[in-house]
Amino acid sequence: MTNEFSCQEMTEVVTTYVDDALPPDEHQRFERHLSYCAGCRTYVEQMHETIKQTGMVAREESLPPALRERIVAQFRTWRRG
Amino acid sequence: MHAPDPPNSEAALLAALRRGDENAFSALVDAYGAVMHRVALTFVRSNAIADEVVQEAWLGALRGLDGFEGRSALKTWLLRIVANIARTHAVREARTVPFSALELAHEARAEHGPALPADRFQGPDAQHPGRWVSFPTSWSTEPDSALLSAETRDLIAETIARLPDGQRVVITLRDVEGWNSAEVCSVLDVTETYQRVLLHRARSKVRAALEDYLTSESP
Repeated sequence: MTNEFSCQEMTEVVTTYVDDALPPDEHQRFERHLSYCAGCRTYVEQMHETIKQTGMVAREESLPPALRERIVAQFRTWRRG
Repeated sequence: MHAPDPPNSEAALLAALRRGDENAFSALVDAYGAVMHRVALTFVRSNAIADEVVQEAWLGALRGLDGFEGRSALKTWLLRIVANIARTHAVREARTVPFSALELAHEARAEHGPALPADRFQGPDAQHPGRWVSFPTSWSTEPDSALLSAETRDLIAETIARLPDGQRVVITLRDVEGWNSAEVCSVLDVTETYQRVLLHRARSKVRAALEDYLTSESP
């Protein structure tokens, strides 16, 4: 039995690797595998690209004005409270 | 987290708020209101209920102001209030307890398929078990590639919307909102391990959806 990660195992620990949360010996094994496996390098690149693209999904950047109004009105009531 | 820092230091804003200063309150609402609303929407899926959650959360924050000791960031404190209120609303909607620490742990421990179908790898009797049958194809990142289109973003949003609750919330907070693991664990009250399991499943599915889309498109 080899101590190295298989490609299949690489695809299961990649999230922990990207979070920099693998134990030091597994982190080394992960990077050693990457050094000789172009397929896994591509896979890890795709995970990084997935994260980057997900970060560009549209987000609502401000509160709907009517809701903001209600929240501020609620504050005034609370202050009088 | 992406929300801008409030204009003054948090301590000064809080002091002003305790004096009943409406400008201080408005500054906080402008700094954190949108992210609170987005987080609420992640839990409850309906705009009207998310509005209620956010309103209740601000009221809860005002009432709890004296108890806020600054041990966590103000933003984390506000978002924990949102998460707690959203959970009680979600309970009323669904009559289960989604997003409780227990439920998230349960989802994380549930049987789950691999990140990729087993047939992408050589079988146990092959010469190199677990090795790629054929390498994944690199995605083009040229300026005109499909990867950079609005359609791709829509595909990601749709894929996330279809994920099971725990995965959907975790990937939204981590990758759409850009929070770190500690922030997500604190707001969701879930362990780092479970959080990462849910994130891993979610990201693997989003990657797979992108792969399907990008490799089936004719250039």
